[in-house]
Amino acid sequence: MAASLRQMVVGAWRRPDRHLLALQCATRHSRWCLITSHTLYTAEYDPNEKTFEKLLIANRGEIACRVIKTCKKMGIKTVAIHSDVDSSAVHVKMADEAVCVGPAPTSKSYLNMDAIMEAIKKTRAQAVHPGYGFLSENKEFARRLASEGVTFIGPDTHAIQAMGDKIESKLLAKNAKVNTIPGFDGVVKDADEAVRIAREIGYPVMIKASAGGGGKGMRIAWSDEQTREGFRFSSQEAASSFGDDRLLIEKFIDNPRHIEIQVLADKHDNALWLNERECSIQRRNQKVVEEAPSTFLDPETRRAMGEQAVALAKAVKYSSAGTVEFLVDTRKNFYFLEMNTRLQVEHPITECITGLDLVQEMIRVAKGYPLRHKQADIPINGWAVECRVYAEDPYKSFGLPSIGRLSQYQEPLHVSNVRVDSGIQEGSDINIYYDPMISKLITYGSDRAEALQRMEEALDNYVIRGVTHNIALLREVIIHPRFVQGDVSTKFLPDVYPDGFKGHKLTDLEKRELLAIATSLYVAEQLRSQQFLGSPRISLAKLDLNNWELLVQLGDGTYSVTVSNNGSTFSVDVDGMKLNVTSEWNLASPLSSVTIDGTQRTIQCLSRDAAGNISIQFLGTVYKLRILTKLAAELSKYMPEKAVEDTTSILRSPMPGAVVVVSVKPGDLVSEGQEICVIEAMKMQNSLIAAKSGKVKAVHCKAGETVGEGDLLVELE
Amino acid sequence: MAALRLLRRLLPLSGTRLVRPRSAGAPSSVPERIAEKRRAALLGGGQARIDAQHKRGKLTARERILLLLDPGSFVEYDMFVEHRCADFGMESDQNKYPGDSVVTGQGRINGRLAYVFSQDFTVFGGSLSGAHAQKICKIMDQAVMVGAPVIGLNDSGGARIQEGVESLAGYADIFLRNVLCSGVVPQISLIMGPCAGGAVYSPALTDFTFMVKDTSYLFITGPDVVKSVTNEDVTQEQLGGAKTHTAVSGVAHRAFENDVDALLNLREFFNYLPLSNRDPAPVRKCHDPSNRLVPELDTVVPMESTKAYDMVDIVHSIVDEREFFEIMPSYARNIIVGFARMNGRTVGILGNQPKVASGTAQEYGGIIRHGAKLLFAFAEATVPKITIITRKAYGGAYDVMSSKHLRGDVNYAWPTAEVAVMGAKGAVRIIFRGKETDAEAEYVNKFANPFPAAVRGFVDDIIEPSTTRIRICRDLEVLASKTQSNPWKKHANIPL
Repeated sequence: MAASLRQMVVGAWRRPDRHLLALQCATRHSRWCLITSHTLYTAEYDPNEKTFEKLLIANRGEIACRVIKTCKKMGIKTVAIHSDVDSSAVHVKMADEAVCVGPAPTSKSYLNMDAIMEAIKKTRAQAVHPGYGFLSENKEFARRLASEGVTFIGPDTHAIQAMGDKIESKLLAKNAKVNTIPGFDGVVKDADEAVRIAREIGYPVMIKASAGGGGKGMRIAWSDEQTREGFRFSSQEAASSFGDDRLLIEKFIDNPRHIEIQVLADKHDNALWLNERECSIQRRNQKVVEEAPSTFLDPETRRAMGEQAVALAKAVKYSSAGTVEFLVDTRKNFYFLEMNTRLQVEHPITECITGLDLVQEMIRVAKGYPLRHKQADIPINGWAVECRVYAEDPYKSFGLPSIGRLSQYQEPLHVSNVRVDSGIQEGSDINIYYDPMISKLITYGSDRAEALQRMEEALDNYVIRGVTHNIALLREVIIHPRFVQGDVSTKFLPDVYPDGFKGHKLTDLEKRELLAIATSLYVAEQLRSQQFLGSPRISLAKLDLNNWELLVQLGDGTYSVTVSNNGSTFSVDVDGMKLNVTSEWNLASPLSSVTIDGTQRTIQCLSRDAAGNISIQFLGTVYKLRILTKLAAELSKYMPEKAVEDTTSILRSPMPGAVVVVSVKPGDLVSEGQEICVIEAMKMQNSLIAAKSGKVKAVHCKAGETVGEGDLLVELE
Repeated sequence: MAALRLLRRLLPLSGTRLVRPRSAGAPSSVPERIAEKRRAALLGGGQARIDAQHKRGKLTARERILLLLDPGSFVEYDMFVEHRCADFGMESDQNKYPGDSVVTGQGRINGRLAYVFSQDFTVFGGSLSGAHAQKICKIMDQAVMVGAPVIGLNDSGGARIQEGVESLAGYADIFLRNVLCSGVVPQISLIMGPCAGGAVYSPALTDFTFMVKDTSYLFITGPDVVKSVTNEDVTQEQLGGAKTHTAVSGVAHRAFENDVDALLNLREFFNYLPLSNRDPAPVRKCHDPSNRLVPELDTVVPMESTKAYDMVDIVHSIVDEREFFEIMPSYARNIIVGFARMNGRTVGILGNQPKVASGTAQEYGGIIRHGAKLLFAFAEATVPKITIITRKAYGGAYDVMSSKHLRGDVNYAWPTAEVAVMGAKGAVRIIFRGKETDAEAEYVNKFANPFPAAVRGFVDDIIEPSTTRIRICRDLEVLASKTQSNPWKKHANIPL
């Protein structure tokens, strides 16, 4: 109960409504692979094919940047909209024009239809690309655009409405002979009725609000009692979040895969299926790693799914890009889940294997052009993998959001066949208002092994500082034997990490490598400390600096390491095993390429201090080590053990000032980085945040009160 | 026992019992006596006291020197010096310790010369005898002569009571040298145990005073005296511990976790300092490109003019390798002070943290005099001075913070800079009494930007924040040959 409550709270904090799905994204440095990497993209852009003069992107972050890039290639002028906090965001800088549509909260900016309509009028944009999330599946928005004679880049209102409704879409799917999951949808009178329905279908069943999408608010019931509980929860949510009482109760498919078919249809009754995407790796029903194609589908199943998806698209006279989601059980039975009438987050992997630019096709179709491809033209070229890089702590429930400034940020674009779709850059703020996605990291290869190999390399070469990120988890997933064999399901993460994610577990050899790298780095720095330029008064008597006897603490272990150096190569003896470590030893670079006995590793030294503490990101995971000379280590044992004061559980005022807002109350669950209260001092508003996730034990201040420096404000349990 | 192993490593003593000889029978030969004295000196107050020192979580005087200096570089002086007290039984052989209660000498830190004294708490509690003071004075005199810093590792119970006024004289001899060395060679004190009474003035006179958390104390009068005089109950830690002096009194510049951490950090700190007033600041080999753009800075200052940002973030992103040795991080947190490097060159950095509040507490606390100190220091300094106005530079704060008028060499403004005599609201209230609505916007438009200063040449340029590092590195290169001197005077009179 506590766990699910926490999820609810976190979910609510992240975004009160799934339609607010807003993703953050690309940097100025992200020279993005559409341009840099030809292999990922073969789409042709015909400058004579007239579409629109000017297009407004009703979105932010990476997807706004993504759309702008295609527009540029198609010769279309772009208009960005933004909230006030986003005024210097990447998508704003990239667009030809930008209009502020309101303050930070999405309801007042990116969902503010009046302001967006005004922006369209003001800039005379002829078309609007909604991206995903926000207003992308909002039929009211599509209707308002239509009434103003502005083209909505997406399907028509009818298709959005039909597919946006779980019950109607399922009915339509049934009629189009698409496999559907047995179940009931409609208004459920009471818990007894819910139980009756559940028994009819047979346990386990899934219960959720019809109007809610994705996995949000989904409850699984294995018994009558759980059905009653699920009914209470879902009907409450249905009423409060969606104003729509209808519930969906259906057969729950245990251990399913989530595989979706990308479709593309025009206004001339042509529709194509662009193969599938495997999106089974999820946490809390949100996708983390996606790939195309799926290891699981054989050509017949693929065709059957593709044809059903196309049949459904045709049944609703669908035009534009869309996605038909299926659950696939272990015997390759597939069931229609829902259809997303927008561009998906994970569309780039389809682009990689088919060579199509989906945004370009959406714009063409919206203009009324017929599709340029026939089904037989749609290839599966190679393999593509996408990792969603999030600002979140994967060690907590596979990812609790974190916020902060990207103090250093460098995308791994020097690795070949890498595409990074992002909408942020060094210095960008990951804030509480929008989705904490940093980027989509996509790699491509002639086969899956190559794509995964590149992904490993890309993750190792990705520099993200200033916010906690989930690189460690992503890297562990893509090298996990089960994943490598393609043995995945939507329960992959909880199955593989039943006690939660704990980071990479070093093998003996890897541990030796880490120790060798860390000690070499330490010696390199020690040697550099003695390199003065000019003519300083340095002792001419050279010290014997060729042999370093060091003791290293890593986790619970202490290791005796001897390092001797010869130019840029260090010979390191770890527990009697000799390793040769070579690198440039550039102490300023956030990335270091190191060769250990012929094995190349890319490591990141995140911090190091004079007292020998060093943290290194190695194989995706950050390890903390302490390196001391033998002498310092010997003397360290006399140092008193100090009880570490837990300052994460208390929040003290860092300055005298007035409390403006207290954002929590006792009993609230807060996540790390969440705002606790705001203190105003000298007209400066300082947001004080939780140093860890937890439950609020006591609140000692209230809005309007004056507090002194060091005053206790809030205690966590 | 580990101490013994260490000592053995210091000097090959295999086969010899490490015991202080007491009232030997037959007189030994001179070489034997030399060896014995040396052995005794290395053992300080003896194994039992060494063990007791360790039990307190402290290292011995010699262990500290070993950790501080480059391996094998320590050259000891005055190992044979003994105290000269003949009263209260001090004259007996049992109360004579070769070297007395301090270890002195010179050695290298990353190859650079440093003079060191390390008080030995195992000998009479590290108390200061005439001989002890004389040893310290000797290295200080030599340090000034050759131009090298003096590092004091303080761990002393105070004056050698048995010696009385001789001990007091010793303190004053050191104080005098502290004063005369000031501005000639860097002087650093690391308080690693008690330092009480008159003894505190020596660290207070040095350039930097560092402390070790939980095991070091600085106070004029201890808790017992405080109790008897003012009836206050106070612990040593509360009265003069590291936290008190780094956060409340401002007497100490920084504190470290324990002896090992403190000494390793001191090595790092030493690398920022010039050896003397005749030597340039060191230029360490730098891997961080001086032409590195810092895009992060273009968005670091929030759009809302009232929203805070962290100046330390800016410092980290500009300096070499994000290394910033902050001085007094927990005291007067509205200003950040410390050392860093730009393209290898040591620079001192001062930055305003937007936390200043005006009020009675400030005025009663003497803000005028304290502000004047800062102004004085900026104006008097003849080193290259580069100023960046990131956002607000209002009123006196604009003048004080190394403005052009105080001989700032290069002064830049970021586009977010606001240079004006006071905030718009206040200004408008004075200029237009009553009808201030439109005027405020006008004032903001006119003055809450870098132009008024730029058109007058008070800032040399308005720069893209991302280019800040490049410009500072380039300017420092140009300014390296700067010469400037102040009018002749006996000494300046900084407001204290």
